[in-house]
Amino acid sequence: MALRPEHEIHTRRKGRNIGVGLMLAGFVVLVLALTFTKVTSGDFEMPRAEDLR
Amino acid sequence: MSDVSYNTPTGEYDTQLGDYFALLKPRVMSLVVFTALVGLLAAPVAVHPVIAFASILFVAIGAGASGALNMWWDADIDAVMRRTAKRPIPSGRVPAGEALSLGLALSGLSVMMLALSANLLAAGLLAFTIFFYAVVYSMWLKRSTPQNIVIGGAAGAFPPVIGWVIATGSFSIEAWLMFALIFMWTPPHFWALALFMKSDYDDADVPMLTVTHGRRSTRLHIIAYTVLLAVLAVGTGFTAIGGPLYLAVAVVLNVLFLKGAVEIWRRPEETALADDYRTEKKFFRLSLWYLFAHFGAILIEAALRPFGLGGW
Repeated sequence: MALRPEHEIHTRRKGRNIGVGLMLAGFVVLVLALTFTKVTSGDFEMPRAEDLR
Repeated sequence: MSDVSYNTPTGEYDTQLGDYFALLKPRVMSLVVFTALVGLLAAPVAVHPVIAFASILFVAIGAGASGALNMWWDADIDAVMRRTAKRPIPSGRVPAGEALSLGLALSGLSVMMLALSANLLAAGLLAFTIFFYAVVYSMWLKRSTPQNIVIGGAAGAFPPVIGWVIATGSFSIEAWLMFALIFMWTPPHFWALALFMKSDYDDADVPMLTVTHGRRSTRLHIIAYTVLLAVLAVGTGFTAIGGPLYLAVAVVLNVLFLKGAVEIWRRPEETALADDYRTEKKFFRLSLWYLFAHFGAILIEAALRPFGLGGW
């Protein structure tokens, strides 16, 4: 038995919570894909060391 | 969504994910996605598919956010109108405060993310569109002037311009032609709806043209805008986003649309009432196909261009 018995609201809102979780995961993947695309595309350039001085 | 609801007794309605989604006006969102995508693909600059997908998604989220803000503000009149009484807030499925929070949060998120995925101009335009729909149209024009639909139509006309700006980073005449197409299409589309949703706007005290100027005047306005729209739609066929296919589609559809508008104009109210507004409903359905076909044709012209076939 779990230390804390699951509140009935968790069961009731299971569908909603899973949905929100999936959307957040999708958002993370999208931001990752965007970052990867931007970094690997031609117009992205890391600042040169002398520019940082 | 809040700690307070934790204590909600069992049996009370729990807002479902689908209810929040309904707040975003999915049907309007699908139109926004389609027209913004056409704007993006018709532009003469290629966009990386990931950036295009993400940007269009953020435009859709921004449109959804403005829909949620509109539903929050209009909850009182939505409850009175038959067409909108089942929306999430008037039906009690979503508390008004949550709709406001969702609308504001998604507005901020969509604008910020569009600035990162595309450019600042596109993000600024999206922010302006949300502001225009939620504040200028919903809060100000809708309840104060019979020109609400005419001026407010601009909000729905911006998505192809945003799509174009995502690709090019600047404005151009072609983008504004697509804007004008939706802008001029909106009044006859909504006035046809107002004609057969007879008592809704009266009941809600919304100063639609049918309420303030009468139904005869509304019929006259429909034909006037349809004539102007036909000139614009066919004329667009000779520009850089047009081509033979677009022109053929535009000529056929505008003849049909003009025919419908003339029929609406000539109909006495008694005849319309007797056949349950058959002509007005037909015109409304045609108007949906009208916009879809015009933008679809622009899209096909753009898709054919790399093969030397699209355009003139």
